[in-house]
Amino acid sequence: MSGPHLIETLSGAGSGLAGVLAERAEILGLSQAAHDAVLLPREPGGIAHAERAALAVRMARANADERLADHYRELLRQAGESPSLLAIADGTAPAADTDTRLRAIIRHVDLVTLAPKDATKADIAALKVAGLSEPDIVRLAELIAFVNYQARVIAGLRLLGAIA
Amino acid sequence: MSTVVHEFTDKVPRWSPYVTPVVLGKATPEQLDAMQVTPSNKKISDYVLTLAHDPESLKVRSPLFNAIMYGKSGLSSAERELGATAASVVNRCVYCAAVHASRFNALTKRADVIEEIFAKGLDAELEEHQQAIFDFAAKLSKTPSEANADDIARLADLGLSKVEILDLILSAAIFGWANRLMHTLGEPVRD
Repeated sequence: MSGPHLIETLSGAGSGLAGVLAERAEILGLSQAAHDAVLLPREPGGIAHAERAALAVRMARANADERLADHYRELLRQAGESPSLLAIADGTAPAADTDTRLRAIIRHVDLVTLAPKDATKADIAALKVAGLSEPDIVRLAELIAFVNYQARVIAGLRLLGAIA
Repeated sequence: MSTVVHEFTDKVPRWSPYVTPVVLGKATPEQLDAMQVTPSNKKISDYVLTLAHDPESLKVRSPLFNAIMYGKSGLSSAERELGATAASVVNRCVYCAAVHASRFNALTKRADVIEEIFAKGLDAELEEHQQAIFDFAAKLSKTPSEANADDIARLADLGLSKVEILDLILSAAIFGWANRLMHTLGEPVRD
């Protein structure tokens, strides 16, 4: 991707922060690369691009960031949406046809987004029981961790951009 | 026989993963590259070997983490460590808190700030400057963020520049990431 990075665009960081962001251009560039690595990986393993996008919408909403959710909603549209994935994105209860594996993923995404302090060894064991491979468990952890990082950078920049 | 560490400490425990780390001898060229394995760097932690299951994100995450925590200029190293510690307290990542609290202590050559934080958690009472940094980082670490305009104004009033405030945002946020890996994919133990 070229042009302004996602964090810059979504934080509405106008001219007031241009100089500040320029001083941290390397970090913005690496953050954009991290976005691509977890949302659009060349090697998605067992977690498809569309599932990643749907989960990211859900996490953006949990972080009360509708603009970020809209970005991921567009990625979901591009990757191919389904009723089941749209229910994930909406943050509602899983659709009736949602399988055991995806239900376990949704539960884990909600837990680690909202209350990571409550996560235990049993939560990783539950993912294994639901059929996730160990590489997919790590891929899922990175996806959750990245979106929560990004939401905080954007939230902080919006506040920073608002001071004179 | 090792025991799990549940309480905050500044003595860094060992991190024990819940998933099987990649075996170095069986790593793919992409995994070796992401882990920055070179002829002179063959000692790779279990944490990095675990994250090597997803080499695409690991390859980007390591330089991003280093740029945020150890970049030159801007917010002082100790204050970045304080932001990291605040996030780790919110997310109860005992391992992350130990690493970054001990770095804070080493950088500031004092132990009382971390003792207060570990004793009282988010109710810790600190000196004005550190209090503003700790409180902002802790509020930003909630889901959704509870940081507000007053918190930012407080930092600016204490003399932090916009770049320094951005560095604080980044150091708290990158621990929103690191805590969600270290606290969920493994646990701190003493052997």
